[in-house]
Amino acid sequence: MHIITVGLSHKTAPVELRELLAVPDSRMGEALKRLMTYSGVKEGMLLQTCNRVEVYAVVDQVESGFSAVQEFLVNSHLSLSAEQLLPHLYWYSGDRTIAHLFRVTASLDSMVVGEPQILGQVKDAFRSALTHNTSGVILNKLVQKAISVAKRVRSETRIAENAVSVSYAAVELAKKVFGNLSARTVMLVGAGEMAKLAAKHLINHGVRQVLLTTRDPVRARTMADRFQGSPIPFEEFRSEMAKADIVICSTGASHYLISAEDVQRAVRERMNRPIFLIDVSVPRNIDPAVREVDNAFLFDIDDLEMHVEQNREERRAESVKAEAIAQEEVAVIQKWLQTLVATPTIVALRKRAEDIKQAELDKALGRLSTLSDQDRETIEGLASSIVNKLIHGSVVTLKSVAQSSNGAIYIDAARRFYDLDSGEEASEEDDQLSSSSVASETVKSASDQKNVQHVDKPKFSHEAKG
Amino acid sequence: MTVVFFQLTLGLYFLGTVMFLVCLDRRSEVLSKIALGLAGLGFFTHTIALAFQLLSGDDLKWVTFHKAMSFFSWSLVLVFLVVAIRQHLYVLGSFILPLAFLSLVSTAILPTEAPVLHPMFQAVWVHVTLSMLGTVGFAVAFVAGLMYLMQERLLKSKQFNVLYFKLPPLDFLDKLNQRSILLGFPFLTLGILTGAISAQITLGAYLSWNPEQTWAVVTWVFYLFVLMGRVTVGWRAKKAAYLTIVGFAGVLLTFLGVILKSSGVSVS
Repeated sequence: MHIITVGLSHKTAPVELRELLAVPDSRMGEALKRLMTYSGVKEGMLLQTCNRVEVYAVVDQVESGFSAVQEFLVNSHLSLSAEQLLPHLYWYSGDRTIAHLFRVTASLDSMVVGEPQILGQVKDAFRSALTHNTSGVILNKLVQKAISVAKRVRSETRIAENAVSVSYAAVELAKKVFGNLSARTVMLVGAGEMAKLAAKHLINHGVRQVLLTTRDPVRARTMADRFQGSPIPFEEFRSEMAKADIVICSTGASHYLISAEDVQRAVRERMNRPIFLIDVSVPRNIDPAVREVDNAFLFDIDDLEMHVEQNREERRAESVKAEAIAQEEVAVIQKWLQTLVATPTIVALRKRAEDIKQAELDKALGRLSTLSDQDRETIEGLASSIVNKLIHGSVVTLKSVAQSSNGAIYIDAARRFYDLDSGEEASEEDDQLSSSSVASETVKSASDQKNVQHVDKPKFSHEAKG
Repeated sequence: MTVVFFQLTLGLYFLGTVMFLVCLDRRSEVLSKIALGLAGLGFFTHTIALAFQLLSGDDLKWVTFHKAMSFFSWSLVLVFLVVAIRQHLYVLGSFILPLAFLSLVSTAILPTEAPVLHPMFQAVWVHVTLSMLGTVGFAVAFVAGLMYLMQERLLKSKQFNVLYFKLPPLDFLDKLNQRSILLGFPFLTLGILTGAISAQITLGAYLSWNPEQTWAVVTWVFYLFVLMGRVTVGWRAKKAAYLTIVGFAGVLLTFLGVILKSSGVSVS
């Protein structure tokens, strides 16, 4: 049983080629089934994003597995030839596959390192594999581990903390002014796409109230519904500006809508509480003279770009820490994989049975101190024979199925039934692995709300994917 | 023994200060943690030194300028360690530790073993301790104001450099500024009251308008205005930052008054 991956990414292949290999969601099941028809392929998962297409598979033999997956990829598009594809592929097996999957899921291999989308995409790929029953014990464990590694990387490093996109940079900057955004009010002036994205991010970060205004009152109302905000008549927004901590301006107007005097007045009304303005409109809608107003912080689209650029460097530094975490976790999963070979499991099972027998015997014989040696022997013999008969069937089954395609499932099951891993692994992962259908639920519930939103709303994708 | 620990403390604060200043330009958190460790170690030796001094049977306790400054430095580091560790805000050390170090150095340089106030009034150390605690509050407010102005400038000029990433949000700094003053003010008030009482006992007058007393009163009135101004006319954010920096200058002048007085320039 070996775990391998074959694929290509933005680092090895041009976008034209990646496009050819991409399988539409509707035909994912078909593709996975085709993958499983190759001999020696036990489990399979197809991960695809706009930056990569990768096949993860559990196979009998590494070499034949490589060629099977390679053939699968070549055959995935009629116009594709092996000569065309081969120079762009990478092949990993064993540890390197695991490390690769962990790095990919933790967004260390992404074009924009630290971007949050990849995690959702891995979850999608895993869900497809579960739905079509192409994922088994090993892939389940591996992918779930990869997801938890990604979360660990996120919480223990600042790799994902920094802005990935221009609209998110607005959130970062707002946080540098206000710290916590939870009691803040944001005002949207105009309905530009970027402004809506920024507003969405701000709401995700807890902004309490949304005020919005557009020239078109109907549009203002639909937007108010979308953001659960309160519309303000366009003519009055300047006088209402003092209520807003954050103002995002994005209209099609060709002149300045907000002057330095407007902001000055708002700041005065706010008793010098800082006000944060973002102008994402081109041409600009907020007079650059606002920069001179005390306690007002104005950022235009170029400033936001610059912030993103700075963050890229910061992320590179953090990725070193993240790599170390990924490596650490590879060692953990490797240990688990080793237990899936039959022999250590049989040994552990025998030892467990022996331990229980011995412990119970000691207890019982301790109480029956008056027994003769012969009686003792009879009792010991009785205990041994019960224990041996009880585990005999399991041992025989393990030996016979170990090499079959379901071997890993049996071995894993035996380890659970007899509690052979107690104290070694955190139980959370065991819970997740109970069965394929349950696992599919787990993935869904385990993913936090924000990620689900990222996945569900394709609108976010164009930025992060680039 | 006390002297050895003081020198040790001085050395540790110095190393910590240097480390923290180096950290300003580095992303690495390891350096900051080392610097924090040095500060912590310095605080430890400082505590021992102060304890020795207390136990040595010195009745006057904090009454000399030397000891008062040492106590000030010690409290400042204590406040810093608490805030830095709880808020995970190591960058504070780059600002507070130099201040603590300089205060401690001043005790080594200035020839001020003479008592600040007439030792006849034994409880004079209460006055000194309270005033020093008030001063710690204003020192933290001063540092918060300084950091506020720096972060404000970085944001305004769009310099998203290492310092920008390290400095906390403006709102946090503004709140730190306000809270430090709010905490420091009652201590200063009590410090001034006890000072007036001890002056009455030792000099026969509550207020004799010597430089020290004058500046203490001016400082007190100033901070009162700063606190009230925030609520009434919006003296917050940048304005509050400027005001607390000015206010701290007043505090330093008060100290100067004390030094002048205790070196015999003024009435004693």
